[in-house]
Amino acid sequence: MLLEIKGINQRFGDNDILKDINMEIKQGETFVIIGPTGSGKTTLLRLIGLLDKPVSGRIYFKGQEMPDSARARLALRRRMAMVSQKPAVFNTTVYNNVAYGLRIRKEKGAGLRDRVTNALETVGLAGYEKRNARSLSGGETQRVALARAMVLQPELLLLDEPTANLDPGSTANVEKLIAQVIRKLDTTVIMTTHDMFQGQRLAERMGVIVAGEMQQTGNPREIFGLPQSRDIAEFVGVENILEGTIKSNDGGVITVGINGAEIQAISDLDPGVNVYACIRPEEIVLARKTDKTSARNTYAAEITRIVSFAPLAHVHMDCGFPLVALITVKSAEEMGLQIGTPVYAYFKATGVHIIPR
Amino acid sequence: MSEIIDSFVTALDMIFSGDAEVWSITARTLAISLSATILAALISIPIACLIHFNNFRGKVALVTILQTFYALPTVLVGLLLYQFFSSSGPLGSLDILFTPTLMVIGQMVLIAPLMIGLTISALSGIGHEIRETTLTLGAGRIQMARTVLLETRYAVLSAVLIGFGRAISEVGVAIMIGGNIAGYTRILTTTIALETSQGNFELSMALGIILLVVALVVIITPSWIQFRSNRSLKR
Repeated sequence: MLLEIKGINQRFGDNDILKDINMEIKQGETFVIIGPTGSGKTTLLRLIGLLDKPVSGRIYFKGQEMPDSARARLALRRRMAMVSQKPAVFNTTVYNNVAYGLRIRKEKGAGLRDRVTNALETVGLAGYEKRNARSLSGGETQRVALARAMVLQPELLLLDEPTANLDPGSTANVEKLIAQVIRKLDTTVIMTTHDMFQGQRLAERMGVIVAGEMQQTGNPREIFGLPQSRDIAEFVGVENILEGTIKSNDGGVITVGINGAEIQAISDLDPGVNVYACIRPEEIVLARKTDKTSARNTYAAEITRIVSFAPLAHVHMDCGFPLVALITVKSAEEMGLQIGTPVYAYFKATGVHIIPR
Repeated sequence: MSEIIDSFVTALDMIFSGDAEVWSITARTLAISLSATILAALISIPIACLIHFNNFRGKVALVTILQTFYALPTVLVGLLLYQFFSSSGPLGSLDILFTPTLMVIGQMVLIAPLMIGLTISALSGIGHEIRETTLTLGAGRIQMARTVLLETRYAVLSAVLIGFGRAISEVGVAIMIGGNIAGYTRILTTTIALETSQGNFELSMALGIILLVVALVVIITPSWIQFRSNRSLKR
């Protein structure tokens, strides 16, 4: 285990920023912490990066508790590198910026030159050596920050929302670069992002932090498919979260009463339990005519709104309870879907994730 | 009016003809004020770093006091130093009253608070991002301070030059603890005061022009260095 975090609390003034955080990071894995803005992601990363000290709790790096003495903290900090969401570059050349951490560690000569040159090539900034780092664009600045961190070959690389301040084009490029750096460095990476899809693309494991609490950790499939709370379900893009009560459980197939309607799902919970039934919009299939399918849930619905973000369209329906389906704009056009169009909505019992309330 | 123009023309002639008195006073003035500036900078910049990079009780009060000292009356500094270094004063045994050495000390006392305060302001102008970036890249506290200081180099240079400007243009300290002894402690400002009171406007004007040129150099130098430095980096 590279990192163990036990019972970490952090407070600024009267505000509890982190509450009893417990997590483990394995050697060599890419762990992405996702959560809404202001949920405590950066605060947690700063504690791991030894920029701050927690009010309580312990952090262990390779089994060694993070020390108190300035000298020992510096030694440990030199085994890590961190890239912030708004990286500051020094008012000097790109080369000197990337060489900074190595010079701090007394590296010099051809070794230093080769490592800096390699890092600049990796991030696509070969030829920028003599440019003033302050004259670069946001995307290029982030590349300098990545090169500056990766050149140190850290045992732990911390990335704090590395694309948060970039335009969509630069975000895609920097994200691709991060994936490349992770592969090339073959080191442990902890990254924070509020972009759940970016987290899903880059993570081997993820943690969801909401209002200072680490609410769930797991692989991306578990986080996105089996959220453990309503907060997480909302954050990971589950648009259909329906409140109901389990009416029956027939060998693991439950029937949930929702606003007079019924939904079938898979769960081992007992009748009478209040639950949230979570259905991802992409699990829902629409048809103009009713047909016999294997889906356990079929509802006659009327379209109330269509929101298109090409190539996809969110189709909002009323089927006794509100439901949103995600289909392609092309399908919506071919089916002639408009506000008021009657449709049938299908989804399988296995497509419903049940969370006890 | 013609008297002013006449003395201005004579003054220019004295400067460009290499008048021995003008240039010896100028050389002495530069030697004293440059020594005071360099020594004050060597003391003030580390003190400014110590104050800026450490949190302690009374920090705000200390900075406020330093800022108050920006306007420290030169005659007051002169008076205090006179009392300390006169033969009956606690440091009278050093026997440096009316010497260039005490003039250097006096100018240091005068400009050190200004340099410390302006350096602290310069360091505060750098966002905490730079400071934290150095830490995340493995810098220790001294390396971090050195990097932040380097990032503020032009503002710190300005602080030093403003200190030099105050040192070279002050008259109160120089006259009270220097004594305005011809060929020994007589400098540009004290000579101007003396010669003007004696009606010798040409020499005063010549020395005044030199003071103005020095002030101009003080103002232009940091901008020029920054311009040259930026031009050497590709945009």
